[in-house]
Order: sequence, then structure tokens, then C-alpha cells
Amino acid sequence: MNLQEAKAEVIETFSMFDDWLDKYEYIIELGKNLPEFPEELKTEDRLIKGCQSRVWLDARREDGKIIFSADSDALITKGIISLLIGVYSGRTPSEVAGDDFAFIERLGLRENLSPTRANGLASMIQTIKKLSSNE
Amino acid sequence: MKLEDFRKEFPQLEQKVYGKPLVYLDNAASSLRPRSVIEKWREMSEIKNANIYRANHFTAVQATSEVESARETVRAFLNAAEPGEIIFTSGDTAALNLLASSFGESFIKEGDEVLLSEAEHHSVIVPWQMLCQRKGAVIRVLPVDDRGELVLDKLPELLGERTKIVCVTHVSNVLGIFNPIEEIIRQAHSRGIPVAIDGAQGIVHSEVDVQALDCDFYAFSGHKIYAAPGTGVLYGKRRWLEKMVPWQGGGEMISSVKWSGTTYADIPFRFEAGTPNFAGIPTLVPAVGTALEVRKESRFQEDRIVEYVSSAFREDRRIRMFGAADGNGRKIPLFSFTVEGAHHEDLSILLDKMGIAVRSGQLCAEPLMDRYGVTGMLRASFGAYNTLQEAEYFIKGLQRAVKMLEQ
Repeated sequence: MNLQEAKAEVIETFSMFDDWLDKYEYIIELGKNLPEFPEELKTEDRLIKGCQSRVWLDARREDGKIIFSADSDALITKGIISLLIGVYSGRTPSEVAGDDFAFIERLGLRENLSPTRANGLASMIQTIKKLSSNE
Repeated sequence: MKLEDFRKEFPQLEQKVYGKPLVYLDNAASSLRPRSVIEKWREMSEIKNANIYRANHFTAVQATSEVESARETVRAFLNAAEPGEIIFTSGDTAALNLLASSFGESFIKEGDEVLLSEAEHHSVIVPWQMLCQRKGAVIRVLPVDDRGELVLDKLPELLGERTKIVCVTHVSNVLGIFNPIEEIIRQAHSRGIPVAIDGAQGIVHSEVDVQALDCDFYAFSGHKIYAAPGTGVLYGKRRWLEKMVPWQGGGEMISSVKWSGTTYADIPFRFEAGTPNFAGIPTLVPAVGTALEVRKESRFQEDRIVEYVSSAFREDRRIRMFGAADGNGRKIPLFSFTVEGAHHEDLSILLDKMGIAVRSGQLCAEPLMDRYGVTGMLRASFGAYNTLQEAEYFIKGLQRAVKMLEQ
């Protein structure tokens, strides 16, 4: 699945929910299913600033691809970062760095989260972009 | 006034959020506004808009008299000795900054001490920290115990020869219990030390008579007690205010300005530099009227909600509430808590989707979060228009949200 297809799939999944709680139930499930994040990677430099909860993000390169892993102490945040990782992990760094991340707006999360939360999401996206544009 | 009728005065309660009726439980952050306040606010902008004090024209005189009548209303509300002791500010934060800055500049020297409580809001802590840093003065802290009550036994040893002022909250915005300010004032005064009270939450839930209390300063925000945002009050005894240097310079706070120097106006004007919030301040009149109208009925309702929510919390072993409901100080219907296994941020997002507005995070009281060893809390704070049914819906919603987050 290419990047565009992956984004389209997430948008389609979210369009199926007409109840807000169902949407969040789904995000929580994503959070619960996020692969375990090694404790030793929970370092200060992997911590994303600007979130009410704590979020750690790690990026490594493998065969020219960028692989993300992450964790958070809050489940909804964990679900949101899992959703981002699902779309962007395993792509080439230039593909990630060049993306506009606009599909997030279409999920209806950003405008429905409080400003601090929206900033949290913005910080997550910014960090993903930054880690992809290094080198 | 009956509480059902009272509720109808608040148009925002007719709103739906996510298709559900709004259950507004963030009153400690800001109250909703009744029609009378909205109407006065509009009237000031629509037909009485003019800068106050400065001009002789019709509208300016009208607007000035609206603001001065608000000053008299607040004076009577607090039972202050005279309107000159009521200073209008942009809010409680500005009032507390004014106090720290002006009192500190006039009375605090290197090595002096300021006594605060461990339960203070950042808007008390930070202005005094800034002042103490400038002056080389020291902050001392009266601790709270595990149940959320101030450790009064420590007070005598903390009130020293270098203590210049005590500044404590009437009711903490996290713990929600009335602090024994009468006793603190008595002990401080016996050593000649003035006491300032942060009344942000206290003024909403009790009668305040500054002369009976004998406090030297009392500060609060208008927007937490139904008035327009951008309004606040610092009450101060004349004998202190007269000796305090102004904290901001500008128009209407002077009596004469020469290149050789400036003399200041009398109180309260010397502390009100610049154009005051003349559209907002007059809303304090209907706001105070609203508060007085339901005081008796709401007190009864508050106690029922406190009893209901705290007993529901006691039944759930995962819930830890901060600020005991059965201690020495009366508890207001403000509940800060954590739930084992569920992050406060997740809970607030899920409750929001059920139409319930609560607050989560550090609640502007990081030292208190550290004291209890938590990264944040969830807070539900009820107002006089909230019903017992809403409290029940909140408890049900909370249980559902906790279940959704179970691993």
C-alpha cells in the first residue's frame, strides 16, 4: 500500500463512525495494540513537548526506510500516534518529510480536541517531519 | 429563586455538544453567564460606550456612573468600609500581581519573608516568586496534609520576625475546602503581619465580609462569579493601599505630571492606570445580584452534590480524591481526583464526547501535584445551576469512560 492509499484507508475507517464515542473507542483500541516500546528508549530527547500526556517517539533507518516506534502514558494519545505510525512508518524519509499531513484534518480529530491537545498533535507531526528530514 | 428557574437564566445550558445536552462541570475555571449579565454587557457596548472619568459629555458621564455603581455594589458585597478600597483589575491574576508588586515594592526588603500555603494557584506563587527574586526575599510555605487541610500547627513557627505578609487561598482550586483563614488572620495579626486572601473560588461559595474577617486584602475574578471576563477586584484596607506605590503608570492614575516628577491620584485610581474594562465592569452589578439571589438554595444543593459524589467516589477503590469532604473545612462541590489505570487526559476527552465538560492536567498548581505525587488530575466543579441528575450522569459517564480504557 502506498502512502496515498494508506491515508485513504484511515479516512474511510473514520468515516464509518457516526458516534463520537465509537470513534474514540477505535482510537483506544489502536493504542492498546501498539507494539511494546522498550523502557530504555523512554529518554528525555525522545519525549515530545507540548502534550498534556507524555509521548515518546523513536525513529531509526532500515534499508533506506524510516521506522517509527512510540509510546504514551495516555491511551488516546497512544492511539493517535499509532495511527500516524501506521501511515508513515516504513516509508522513505523524503516521502514523509515531503507530505503535508493534511489527511489528519479530515479525521475530525484536530478541531475536536482542546487547543493543548491540538498542539500535542501538531508537535507529534512536527517531530515526525523533523526526524525524517535529518541528513 | 428556585434553582430550576435559575438554570433558565443561562442560555449556554440550552446548547448541545456532540448532539448531547451540555453538562458544564468546569465552573472553577469559569462560570457561565446569565442573561442579565449578557444584557448589561451588550448595553455598555451598544449605547453607553465612552471612555470613563475623562470627559464631560453625556455618554462618558453615563458610563462612568455605571462603573462607579459597580464599585459600590462590590463594596457592599464584600462589606468593605468604603468604595475607595475596591480596585478594579482585569482579573484575579492581575489583582494578585498588583498586590505582590505594589506591596512588595513598598514593604519588602532583602532577607524578608513571604508566607504562602502549599495549596496556592500559580497566580499566587509566581508573582511572589518574581517579587522575592527582585528583592532577595524568601518564600516560606505552610504545608497541606494528606487530606488536603493546611497544617495549622506549623503556622506559629512559620510566622517569624521577617514575615512581611501572608497570602493564602480561601478555597484551593484543586482541593475545594475552606481554609481556616480566620485563625490564620488572628495569628498573623497578633504579630502585626497583614494577610491577603485569594478568593477566586471562595467568593463563589460563601459570604465574604472583609471587615468581620479583618483580612487586609481579598482578590477575586469577575468571570468565575457570572460577570464578564476581563474583570477582577482587589480589596485592600485603606491604610495599606495608601502606603503602596502604584504598579503601573498611565492616564487617570495621577494627580499631576511634570517633567520634574509625578504625584499620584488617591486610591483606588492610582492603581487603575489606563482605560479600565468599562464594558465589563458594570456587569458585576447583575453578577453580584445573581450570586445573592440563589445563595441559600444553592448552598443546600451544593451539600447534596458533595455528599453524592464523594460517596460514589468512596465506593470505587480505583478513585483517589484530593481534598476530603469530611474534614474540618467545608467542601465545595469541586472534585479533583485520579483513577488508577486511567489517564486523566483520556478521561477528560471521553467525558467531553458524552457532553460533560471537565478539566484535566496540573490545574495551575504544579507544586500541589508534586506534593501528592501525581502528574495531573481530573477535576469536576459544579455551579449553582448544576443538578443532582447531572452529578449522577457524570458518575455514570465516568464509569463508562474508565471501562473503555481498561486494558
